[in-house]
Amino acid sequence: MTRRVTSDTAFQGVLVFAGVGGLALLGGIAWVVGTMSEDAFRHVGFWRFLVGTTWDPVAGEFGAWPALLGTLLTSALALVLALPLGFAVAVFLNEVAPARLASPLSALVDLLAAVPSVIYGLWGLFVLAPAVRDHVQPALQAVLPDLPFFRGPPLGVGVLCAGVLLAVMVLPVVTSVAREVLRALPDSFREAALALGATRFEVVRRVLFPAARSGLLGAGVLGLGRALGETMAVTMVIGNRHDVPDSLFAPGYTLAAVIANEFSEAFSPLYLSALAGLAAVLMGTTLILNAGARLLVLHARGRWS
Amino acid sequence: MTSAIHEGLVPGSIPVGRDAPAPARRNKIEVVELTARYGNREAITGVTLSIPARTVTAIIGPSGCGKSTLLRCLNRLHEATPGAGVSGRILLDGRDLRAEDPIVVRRRVGMVFQRPNPFPTMSVRDNVLAGFRLTGVRPRSPEEVVERALRRAALWNEVKDALDRPGTSLSGGQQQRLCIARALAVEPEVLLMDEPCSALDPVATARIEELVREVAPEVTVVMVTHNMQQAARVSERTAFLYLGRLVEVGDTATIFTRPAERLTEEYITGRFG
Repeated sequence: MTRRVTSDTAFQGVLVFAGVGGLALLGGIAWVVGTMSEDAFRHVGFWRFLVGTTWDPVAGEFGAWPALLGTLLTSALALVLALPLGFAVAVFLNEVAPARLASPLSALVDLLAAVPSVIYGLWGLFVLAPAVRDHVQPALQAVLPDLPFFRGPPLGVGVLCAGVLLAVMVLPVVTSVAREVLRALPDSFREAALALGATRFEVVRRVLFPAARSGLLGAGVLGLGRALGETMAVTMVIGNRHDVPDSLFAPGYTLAAVIANEFSEAFSPLYLSALAGLAAVLMGTTLILNAGARLLVLHARGRWS
Repeated sequence: MTSAIHEGLVPGSIPVGRDAPAPARRNKIEVVELTARYGNREAITGVTLSIPARTVTAIIGPSGCGKSTLLRCLNRLHEATPGAGVSGRILLDGRDLRAEDPIVVRRRVGMVFQRPNPFPTMSVRDNVLAGFRLTGVRPRSPEEVVERALRRAALWNEVKDALDRPGTSLSGGQQQRLCIARALAVEPEVLLMDEPCSALDPVATARIEELVREVAPEVTVVMVTHNMQQAARVSERTAFLYLGRLVEVGDTATIFTRPAERLTEEYITGRFG
């Protein structure tokens, strides 16, 4: 009896340690990033750092806005493309495909998530970027010649290319989560709707999706997290230019890509601190977007429970 | 010699004496030599059964005898199960169900399930209107549809002030009556009920039996039940299924007092099952 009690206490200790440890790690990272970036924030001023559009390390001018905008744009693009497609794949795997097709396909989709991002980057550079340059951009400009965000010379690499590549990388995450969420819905909903004369599409659209709302939002949150933080693949296809992109085809930058690219060449303490400042901005962005999404999830869940 | 061969070649020529005159009641549903499978397993085998219009027909039998499968064939829901297969025919008003669109069949043949399954994201009102909402049809007067369906399901007085609350906030018995209202709202010709009271307490059960009696003059009800008292209380006709085969069907009073088959008698007297 006492031995069992002791082991339970030890178990509890391990759990508390694990919980506190996770928090401490996050706190530690935030503290390091915070202290490292302090210099740059003081030198440039926090708001000027955040919305400044010039990034000139030699002149000591540091503005995060082009990279921040690049991060937000590519991530938004990735979600806009990946969410509908991911949900559609999940619906197909879960509601339509016969079991002997669904399980190998699910495994393949999960495998996509395990491909290292540098390989996605290579694919993006050698396949996607030329395709954007030679086919997507001319086609879009021919169909919608007057839209400002479709203008510019065909470079291939740029915001659109990065967004599409991110969408491909986010897709397996969105698909797996959405599939699990749909699978968790009881068959009684489906049968109830079918028995009322609903088609499969109506069952999905009017019963399953509303019931799975908070979970599907969660799928989006996870995908967003992946898109915001992705570094390697993006830096290979976005063009790496410190300018506010004036078109979806223009080259740009993302916060993560700047940090990775310039860390090794940061020649002054202020430069290094400015890169840490970008890290702080990236962390803050992730935190704010995640918190917002979580509120949405809670709201969606709260409406019927 | 010739006549013996002749007899052997013409099926149905032997039991001439048992051919009864055509029944006075019109048959809403005719099940003919129906066999239903899940993969390789036959859940029901060669069932032939007539279901008269505007009556309550009970299907009884021990667990796993194929009652629910038979019921799910009547609105073509069985075939929505992966690996399911059907052979034989089901006629609804004399027309083969397979010639009809399953969507149309299911609007004409409503269903209530074993466990109450109101849609969790819909209010009481929207649950009643679900048959319209799901299929994108707008009823001419939604409020009238809701009230009439809820009255027929004997739920109106309890929920008339709570129509905007989630359907899942009701008690179990109320939820089941909500599901009945949902099924009745689209004015089906047939209502299938798959052990509708098995998850409910006796009071809720009594209310549902009562409302079944009340809708029966307008709607043909087919109810699967494992509860023989319930079959005796609510149905005019009873069919007894055992191991996937129809053992006996007849007027409920006859089945429960003078069953023709020994198996039926043993089941209703509780010797097995």
